[in-house]
Amino acid sequence: MGLFIEIKVSPDAAKDPATVKKLSEVCPVGIFTAGGNGELEIVDANVDECTLCELCLGVGAAGSVQVLKLYDGNQPLERSR
Amino acid sequence: MRFYEYESKALLAKHGFPLPKGSKVAHTPAEAEAIAREIGGPLVLKSQVLSGGRMKAGGVLFTETPAEAKAAAETILKLEINGQTARGVLVESKQPIAQEFYLGVTWDGTAKKPVMILSDMGGIDIEEVAEQHPEHIAKRHFSTLMPFADHKAKELVASLGITGSDLNRLTRIVATLARVFQQYDLTLAEINPLGKLEDGSFVAVDGHVDLEAEAKGKHKKLLEELGIGEDETRQARPPTPFEIKGREINEVDHRGVAGNVTEFDGTLGLVIGAGGGSLTLFDAVRKHGGDPANYCEIGGNPSVSKVCNLTKLILSKPGVEKIAVMMNVVSNTRVDLVARGVIKGVIEAGHEPSEKIAIFRIPGSWERDGFKLLEKYGVEYCDRSVSMYEAAGRAVAKMKAA
Repeated sequence: MGLFIEIKVSPDAAKDPATVKKLSEVCPVGIFTAGGNGELEIVDANVDECTLCELCLGVGAAGSVQVLKLYDGNQPLERSR
Repeated sequence: MRFYEYESKALLAKHGFPLPKGSKVAHTPAEAEAIAREIGGPLVLKSQVLSGGRMKAGGVLFTETPAEAKAAAETILKLEINGQTARGVLVESKQPIAQEFYLGVTWDGTAKKPVMILSDMGGIDIEEVAEQHPEHIAKRHFSTLMPFADHKAKELVASLGITGSDLNRLTRIVATLARVFQQYDLTLAEINPLGKLEDGSFVAVDGHVDLEAEAKGKHKKLLEELGIGEDETRQARPPTPFEIKGREINEVDHRGVAGNVTEFDGTLGLVIGAGGGSLTLFDAVRKHGGDPANYCEIGGNPSVSKVCNLTKLILSKPGVEKIAVMMNVVSNTRVDLVARGVIKGVIEAGHEPSEKIAIFRIPGSWERDGFKLLEKYGVEYCDRSVSMYEAAGRAVAKMKAA
């Protein structure tokens, strides 16, 4: 968890190799990576760099990734398009 | 980026400006003696430092013989002028000057155009002439959008009442200098004095050229020709450890800019930038009686970590009591990301953002999120309805009240 942003990923999505790969690809600031066991890992040092681009929200099943704005009442980021 | 006199003259010579006979740089007294023997006759030897006041400091000496030139070079090479030792000694023939002129081309920030300045009272500070003899100065602006036209130069020269062959000769010189100014992205091209010899010809007795630092990359070939190394910054003093650290912060992360970190002695740290905003804000802080601890230029959407590290660096400087975070209205830089960076930097430095940040004035892209962040951490902020000048005033007032 960052100081300003928290990322939540559902356990199913975090274990799905295709979702893990896609998340690693789409994030422009490198928040997601595949761990040694192939499961999703969040790179804590990059979480506060999140640009709220919404690209991760479109990966996997709806709602499997949540981006929370900790400075705005923990509001989850919603897809605007 | 300032050029030494011998480099300025090499550039002028490349474009056909006549120089005094000889005009070679010696690095040892023996070299000076050899050059003097080659030139012959009365000589002038000049210390090559990036500073004014050479004559007063004894850095310009006149000699008659090669032996005297050797002794003069020995004196000059040992001499320190405004904290600088000479890179070399320029050895030239002493010219029989009938009249001295001043010719300069520089950038007029108010008019946003280059301006040519000519005076028939050369050899002294142009500021002094402007103050005491304004009727001896002519100025003409010109456009950078169109190729330079000779008639502009002719108008300038003629406006001083110069006629005949002087008008024709000076017109060519002025026009060439204006073109050199444009071609090499100079911020100053100055010949002072521009000497008129007894035979009516003109010679560049002294030359001073400043290249826009940001254009260094564009003019690599010229810099190479003049022997100017890529690492040479030509600043007035070597960078401080604070400034070196600032440069490292900027270079280690390609995202956005947190550059030109310059150290001052004050107590108000500045995180400032955006389209000339840094200069405006720095001046505004001074105008309000504030005492800046640093200058810097942020922009181009720096990453959160870059801003965070810059903030920590500024707060680590002894004597810094608060920081002011101010920019012009931003479009490609995000307000929320800068806000995250400074808040994180302040917290990681062990302080309360509400205490340490005197003011946050960055309106523009993503300001809604930025302002929410600032509200959460109790930081005083303002939007575009508060001018940069007023924001600087608020920061200074807070410093004075503390």
